[in-house]
Amino acid sequence: MDERPISLPLKLLALTMFVFLLAPLLVVLPISFSGDNYMIFPPTSWSTRWYGAIFTDAKMASAFTSSLALASVVTLLSLAIGLPAAYALVRLKPPGAAALSSFFTAPLLLPTIVLGLAILIVFSGYGLLGTFQGLIAAHLVVTLPYAIRVLSTALSTLPITFEEAAASLGASPLTVFRRVTLPMMRSGIIGTMALCFLVSFDEVVLSLFLTGPRLTTLPVAMFHRVEQQADPMVASLSVLLVALTLAVVLIVDRTSGLARTFVK
Amino acid sequence: MTATPADRDDQPRHLSLVVLLLLPIALVNALGFVVPTLNLLRMSFFEAQGTGAMQEVFTLATWLKVFTDSFYAELILNSISTSLLITVLTLLCSYPIALYLHRSSGLWRSVLLVLVIAPLLTSAVVRTYGWIVILFENGLINNALAAVGIGRVRMIFNKTGVTIGLTEILMPYMILALMAGFGKLDARIEEAAASLGASPMRVFRHIVLPLTLPGIALGSLLCFVLAVSSFITPKLLGGGRVFLLATEIYDQAIVTLNWPVASALSILILLIFGTALLLYTRALNAAT
Repeated sequence: MDERPISLPLKLLALTMFVFLLAPLLVVLPISFSGDNYMIFPPTSWSTRWYGAIFTDAKMASAFTSSLALASVVTLLSLAIGLPAAYALVRLKPPGAAALSSFFTAPLLLPTIVLGLAILIVFSGYGLLGTFQGLIAAHLVVTLPYAIRVLSTALSTLPITFEEAAASLGASPLTVFRRVTLPMMRSGIIGTMALCFLVSFDEVVLSLFLTGPRLTTLPVAMFHRVEQQADPMVASLSVLLVALTLAVVLIVDRTSGLARTFVK
Repeated sequence: MTATPADRDDQPRHLSLVVLLLLPIALVNALGFVVPTLNLLRMSFFEAQGTGAMQEVFTLATWLKVFTDSFYAELILNSISTSLLITVLTLLCSYPIALYLHRSSGLWRSVLLVLVIAPLLTSAVVRTYGWIVILFENGLINNALAAVGIGRVRMIFNKTGVTIGLTEILMPYMILALMAGFGKLDARIEEAAASLGASPMRVFRHIVLPLTLPGIALGSLLCFVLAVSSFITPKLLGGGRVFLLATEIYDQAIVTLNWPVASALSILILLIFGTALLLYTRALNAAT
């Protein structure tokens, strides 16, 4: 921000720290193309075999499908539950709207290790462990706060004049919402969906408590794999995961502008 | 967002609609957050029997065990001291980057900012795996050491690995918190001091550092809280040999199936959070 020549020692120090910060991400790419049977860095030979191994490993393939289905359902439900709530809080301004809004974002204050344990104990009583429904419910607890936050910001920055104009011309509240508010919230909605999808797809601690031998998600499967035998397959999976994240971020950037969606 | 009197006139019409629109999220929050958290508190006052069965009778036995057993005392102290060490290291590693970013501008700054945020969007499992690749016995550092004739060093499955990995994983949070607090840092004050003959070191100690203290305090609070409760990195880089509160909660919940102890340790983490927040507010009040 302040235009001032940066001193050489600071430049060197910052550069060194940047290398440290990015090192774990940088080493994953070369090792994902390893041709070795086990992990060694640098690899002694190169191949794409570990990318192929992902798709022939039945466990990983099914974990990937589960994660994709889970994140999609959680994203749609987050929008379906979050949008009405954000509308009620911002546009209808009930008494105590600020307190309600803090209450709805409160689950993010709890560390996931504590929230995961708390949900495990309660869900075990209802037979929800190792089920798709249980995972959906647990993920919603942590995606909804993001949905509420982004959607509320999107709604409160919309000029209300357009909605008032439509209403004064005789449109019913539902029509105003459908034809005026919703289209104008497009970038907020896309941002919410991207954020909820990534949060759910990457969630690992909550899922660790709730998955079982029959149903597992990709991050949990990767966690167990690293725990048992850290082989190059995890690297190729990681590269695919980073590519997926990048794709989602790029889609958001193209359709609505990343800055407008996440900043403010 | 307090309701104005004009809004209040509309309330009767809107209230049932508001309730209807907020009902789904209230249900999710009640069943997935409020009830489980309260139940955690209740669970910590039960006791697990040696057989694994649980006695649903109110007792202080679990809390007594947590506070008197030397294993748990060591666990708590170890968690707090490791997290403090990680917080200090994260601060030292993040400060140069934050200061550099604060002083750069234009496209270059945006590119660097993306590089700071990119790791945040990457799963902790992926980044921890990256550290295993770098630190394990056949990894980047050990093979480099071996190549120049120095022996291999054990860097994972111990506290060193956990400390290195967590420091890097928490850096983006610290950098963003520091930058948020760097607003008061004005180049003109530094230039004034320098033009009056202060050495760069003196300018840093007497001007830059005091002005950035609020950012340092906020970043340290955030990193400490995240370090105490982080699980993935200590579990994978510690390899079951590093005992911290979060890894113990998981083991008690999943392996030992001692839910009362796991619950008590969870509430202990929340108490540590509260204490850290209290100290932070005190320090902030004392400074202003």
